[in-house]
Amino acid sequence: MSNPTIRVGVLVFPGSNCDRDCHEAVTEVLGARADFIWHKDPTLPPLDAVIIPGGFSYGDYLRTGAIARFSPVMAAVTRFAESGGLVLGICNGFQILLEAGLLPGAMLRNRSLSFICKDIHVRIENTASPFTSRCRPGQVLTLPIAHGEGNYYADPATLSTLKAKNQIVFRYCTKDGAVTPEANPNGSLDNIGGIANETGNVLGMMPHPERCADALLGNEDGRLILLSLLDAVKSRKPALATT
Amino acid sequence: MKAKVSVSLKRGILDPQGQAVLHALSSLGYAAVKDVRVGKLIELELARNDRAGAEAEVKAMCERLLANTIIEEYRIELME
Repeated sequence: MSNPTIRVGVLVFPGSNCDRDCHEAVTEVLGARADFIWHKDPTLPPLDAVIIPGGFSYGDYLRTGAIARFSPVMAAVTRFAESGGLVLGICNGFQILLEAGLLPGAMLRNRSLSFICKDIHVRIENTASPFTSRCRPGQVLTLPIAHGEGNYYADPATLSTLKAKNQIVFRYCTKDGAVTPEANPNGSLDNIGGIANETGNVLGMMPHPERCADALLGNEDGRLILLSLLDAVKSRKPALATT
Repeated sequence: MKAKVSVSLKRGILDPQGQAVLHALSSLGYAAVKDVRVGKLIELELARNDRAGAEAEVKAMCERLLANTIIEEYRIELME
């Protein structure tokens, strides 16, 4: 696949550790151009999408994402998101989006208090999202998680808004797609593994699609997320649809 | 002046750390402990001495950065 005119920014904070994986996924899987964007950059170059990668920005000091969200680049990302730009926050990226208020709710420590690193299953709850359009409704993906604070929380009013506006995109489930307490790895409210903002252009997810987008890695389920993002970018730039 | 800010999870939000400490204390035989909340203590040294102004400023710090008010509550203590 070759999409050299599509340009994706990958943010880099001190402590990011999935930035190179995301860069690799964008260039190798999508054939698009990926640019690392340093957290001190106050502006973004012209981009089709922004990925906020996983890791431990600022050592997770104070709270996960709490300090990163005040980095100069986040003001630019907020403007980009508010003007409809596609923003994908993975793991620590999701935590940063919550702290920045670009997504509702907050993260608590995993119910078990343990850092959990394993493959889990998520059910696709919303295929209208620009990040899941390649999935079937209810499709079960196997994706890896690696986090200590992925226990999503929102107050009851926020949860009902998320449901009413179809903002819940992924729910932890069994391999057969049953959303059960046993299939919930971290204690997340309502088994939530990923949510979108009201307009759908900002997505936060705890699982790592970039870690499973290549047959060499033994799992390609993450490709569906990345390819959906590519489709969304192309549909926004109709001239590219044939490339 | 100095400010001590204590931040803890709101009542009603499960505090797994507090629960783990509670279980450890009860296994040590401290049967009187009914609940445990684990929080954090942030000490600030301020280059100002007006109490009202300092309190307002620390409150703003809590709202913007030191606490996430979706899940946490905070208490401010000022010392000369």
